[in-house]
Amino acid sequence: MFVFDQIARRIQDAVPGVRVEIIPNDTPAAQLSLLISTEHALAVANFLKNDPNLQFDYASSVTGVDWLDAVIKAKTKVKRVVDGVEKEIEETTETRRPGYLEVVYHLYSMRLKHGPLIIRQRTANRSDQNHVTSLTPVWRGCEFQEREVYDLYGIILDGHPDLRRILMWDGFKHYPMRKDYVPPDDFEYEPTPHDDVLARAKEHYPK
Amino acid sequence: MSVDTEISPARQYSVLPKVSADGSVDGELLEVAMGPQHPSTHGVFRMDVVLDGETVVRLKPVFGYLHRNHEQIAETASYLGSMPYTDRLDYFCSLTNNWAYALTVEKLAGLQPPERAEYIRIITAELTRVVNHTCLAGFLLMDMGALGTPLMYAFREREKILDLFESLTGARMMCNYMRFGGCRVDLPAGWLEEARKVVADYPAFLDEFENLLNTNEILMARTQKVGVLSRELAINASITGPGLRASGVDYDIRKVDKYGIYDRFEFRVPLGDHGDVYDRYMVRVLEMRESLKILQKALTDIPEGPIMDPKAKIRGFRPKPGESYGRIEAPKGELGFYVISDGSPNPYRYHVRAPSFINLTILEDMCIGHTVADVVVILGSVDIVLGEVDR
Repeated sequence: MFVFDQIARRIQDAVPGVRVEIIPNDTPAAQLSLLISTEHALAVANFLKNDPNLQFDYASSVTGVDWLDAVIKAKTKVKRVVDGVEKEIEETTETRRPGYLEVVYHLYSMRLKHGPLIIRQRTANRSDQNHVTSLTPVWRGCEFQEREVYDLYGIILDGHPDLRRILMWDGFKHYPMRKDYVPPDDFEYEPTPHDDVLARAKEHYPK
Repeated sequence: MSVDTEISPARQYSVLPKVSADGSVDGELLEVAMGPQHPSTHGVFRMDVVLDGETVVRLKPVFGYLHRNHEQIAETASYLGSMPYTDRLDYFCSLTNNWAYALTVEKLAGLQPPERAEYIRIITAELTRVVNHTCLAGFLLMDMGALGTPLMYAFREREKILDLFESLTGARMMCNYMRFGGCRVDLPAGWLEEARKVVADYPAFLDEFENLLNTNEILMARTQKVGVLSRELAINASITGPGLRASGVDYDIRKVDKYGIYDRFEFRVPLGDHGDVYDRYMVRVLEMRESLKILQKALTDIPEGPIMDPKAKIRGFRPKPGESYGRIEAPKGELGFYVISDGSPNPYRYHVRAPSFINLTILEDMCIGHTVADVVVILGSVDIVLGEVDR
């Protein structure tokens, strides 16, 4: 188990200007993770790989997560004067959290045999600002997995040497792992699509 | 990043012959699409190979033909609902797939399988490893032209172990056996004796297999110094399993993580010196012997007792919000599952870290400079199963 505060501080010392946030995990697994600002991700990755005490030479798993827009409800107790009497009232505050896409890396060290250290990068939103930094220049093992993240989530990984679809075919327009993805009605192979299939397809694609 | 969707993928990435300024063509390269329907690709898998004469100058693996978005299906099913689906990832090793998924969810929910269940898991997982490595050796030899004989020898032995699986789980290959916090059913009467007999007979088969093959001239000529993978590249490219250990890296998750009760067993981790196809073959053969050692001890030591954690809930299973990543040493490499829970009955995110998918990353590096016939052997030594690559 790592001392996450310490690692976060050392990252901040090594890479000036980086934002590091520790993401809690309340389950019995207790695998905490570090949220890294994307513009410094490459420098952080290099530090984690080359630091003699960490030596994360092995990027085990790379994957994406889609977080939709969400409303987070929090209950707070507030004192209010109601009908001249001061009462304690439970009030629900709602904060809107805009959606984002996330790339999660699980790092291990083959030399020192420790891990996992989980680092995360987040995009600014789910539509146009969907860029994060590719870590394939540091760990070659990310190559196919980052292509998969691009393919299924539509996250653009800047600096990837060969970013193209890997599991879906090249003509495919959507990102099937996104939470709001709706499968098309006409996905089933029909040699000559007709009648029902065409009608359903028309409904799905309005023009 | 722009993809011209009008052009087919095969055309789009082709390397065209270099045309000089005077119009002459310099060096004719030939592009061959090996697969997706090709007997040596072990499934629907394509390699776009660019050849200079018979030498490979470029190779791009193309897959996804079996893609069914397993991860999304799992996100719409309950936690337990995707357990049978994990069988279909690496359909040769369904029991290790079950274990990896069960381990991850147990971490997430804080369950602890009882001792007897841990023993059963180790026994079934090591039997799976033996099955996988035996068959891989057979397939590899078949790729080299030893048509039938080694593979049929391997399948004959495999059938004995599959019979054990069938009497325990009801299915030969799609076992769907592990549950969160234990196993589905207890061992049937007489199963341990049968298993002990199979394990006791296995070394004799391995001796025969090794005598037949290890110093076979064709095998040595076709595999030694072919598809060499350096230690540094193997680590950097996240190669795991026998392929990594053949390159000389001592990294076995059974030793590193000591998941389950692997710390109670003594076994060695075979390592290779050269990182070529022959080393990958030999590491697997030696690993089978170590697995048999584990099996012998486990089959003697297995205690009586319950096989399910009493805290485990089959119905209404809702882990607390959070995430967990669990991994095991599957026969093909590190098999990891990454599960995010949002407190609902089905996982918010479910990801499979598939070893044979990631082991394909450096296929091109291993093949460049070799002949097209060697590509078949190198791919065979990587040990892929397309159900897991494509998911």
